[in-house]
Amino acid sequence: MTAPFKDITLTERACSTSFYESSARTRLELLLDAGSFVEFIGPEQREVSPHLKIFDLPEQFDDGIVVGHGRLDGSPVFVAAQEGRFMGGAFGEVHGAKLTGLLRAARQIASIPVLILFDTGGVRLQEANAGELAIAEIMRAVMEARSAGVKVVGLIGGRSGCYGGGGLTAGCCSALAVSEPGRIAVSGPEVIETNRGVEEFDSRDRALVWRTMGGKHRRLLGAADVFADDNVQDFREAALELLGLIGPFGLDSLKAEQERLADRLSRYGACLDAVDIWAAEGIAHAESVPELPSDQFITLAERIGRTNRDAR
Amino acid sequence: MEDLRFEHSVRTRAGGTRQSAIVGVVASGNLEVLVERVLPDAECAIEIRTAAVGFGEVWTAVIGDFVDRYSPGGLRFSINDGGARPDTVSLRLAQAVRSITENGQ
Repeated sequence: MTAPFKDITLTERACSTSFYESSARTRLELLLDAGSFVEFIGPEQREVSPHLKIFDLPEQFDDGIVVGHGRLDGSPVFVAAQEGRFMGGAFGEVHGAKLTGLLRAARQIASIPVLILFDTGGVRLQEANAGELAIAEIMRAVMEARSAGVKVVGLIGGRSGCYGGGGLTAGCCSALAVSEPGRIAVSGPEVIETNRGVEEFDSRDRALVWRTMGGKHRRLLGAADVFADDNVQDFREAALELLGLIGPFGLDSLKAEQERLADRLSRYGACLDAVDIWAAEGIAHAESVPELPSDQFITLAERIGRTNRDAR
Repeated sequence: MEDLRFEHSVRTRAGGTRQSAIVGVVASGNLEVLVERVLPDAECAIEIRTAAVGFGEVWTAVIGDFVDRYSPGGLRFSINDGGARPDTVSLRLAQAVRSITENGQ
């Protein structure tokens, strides 16, 4: 049945597989060295959410996150991948605990980096308190792992984007790679519109959503360090590049980042739209940035520079 | 939610040596199938937890057809269903059998 795929190497498959369209398991299979992935607490252990049954909702055997270890270009890595199609990749109690446990293991070992493949709308509403606590634990675990010398890299390009507590956690990572369909924010478009009105943010204006929260804008603002094309191979290369770039973490890097953010606010705080920010950055034809193909955008982003290698 | 369980006697054991595999995702109109090699060679069991209540007859037909076609002896299928259509269920079951029989691990 799989005969047509037999002669295709893993790299070729990774090049032709959309990160956005893939499942969490496919992303890990193609991101890591062939056959190297070993899962912790796999689906056969049936560690499902203790809350969803109360709401008469279906469970998933891995609670929407795959965690484990594997190899990236021969070196060991810990990995976690959220499944954005199961309940929007949202953090529940078990889902969060699996990521916290992985980060604590990384802190203990102190020499193996962690890749987090975010794909989440934030906390799972049915598990509100447990989910919020999970986010707090995960953010603490990220910072403790980094303090112990662990590099924590976020890869963002899934259909649910990286919102809510996922956005906060991404902000704690050592570095991020993002693709155009990936979005990074805390409050999502619908949440902003519901709370502040459609004049503040029209969630149905997809172009507005993408130029405000999408990968290109996050890269130009320096919130994401690398822009990846939407295929798994590009994310693999982005992860390798970032692991090579990340410097030491400490109070100095946090202070430098605080300074960078304050400077950014003073320069762009009055801008009403992302296009205004790009124009203020000196990008010619700023209004055409959303239409640029990936390769041309990457050239532009490299020219603008601003790659942020501090704490976020 | 509704729980369903089917047990069938089958002609032959499913090939391969892999102990378990998982395919699909729990989402609207989709399902996940976890398959494990845990039963005697001439038996097969399918356990279903579905969000769509009252479709027992359709499940009976889809599972009967699947067991006839693939003879998945020795396998237990555990399904979390988000209200998938019968053709999607058949596809996922076929993928699950392919996954556990093809990749020796």
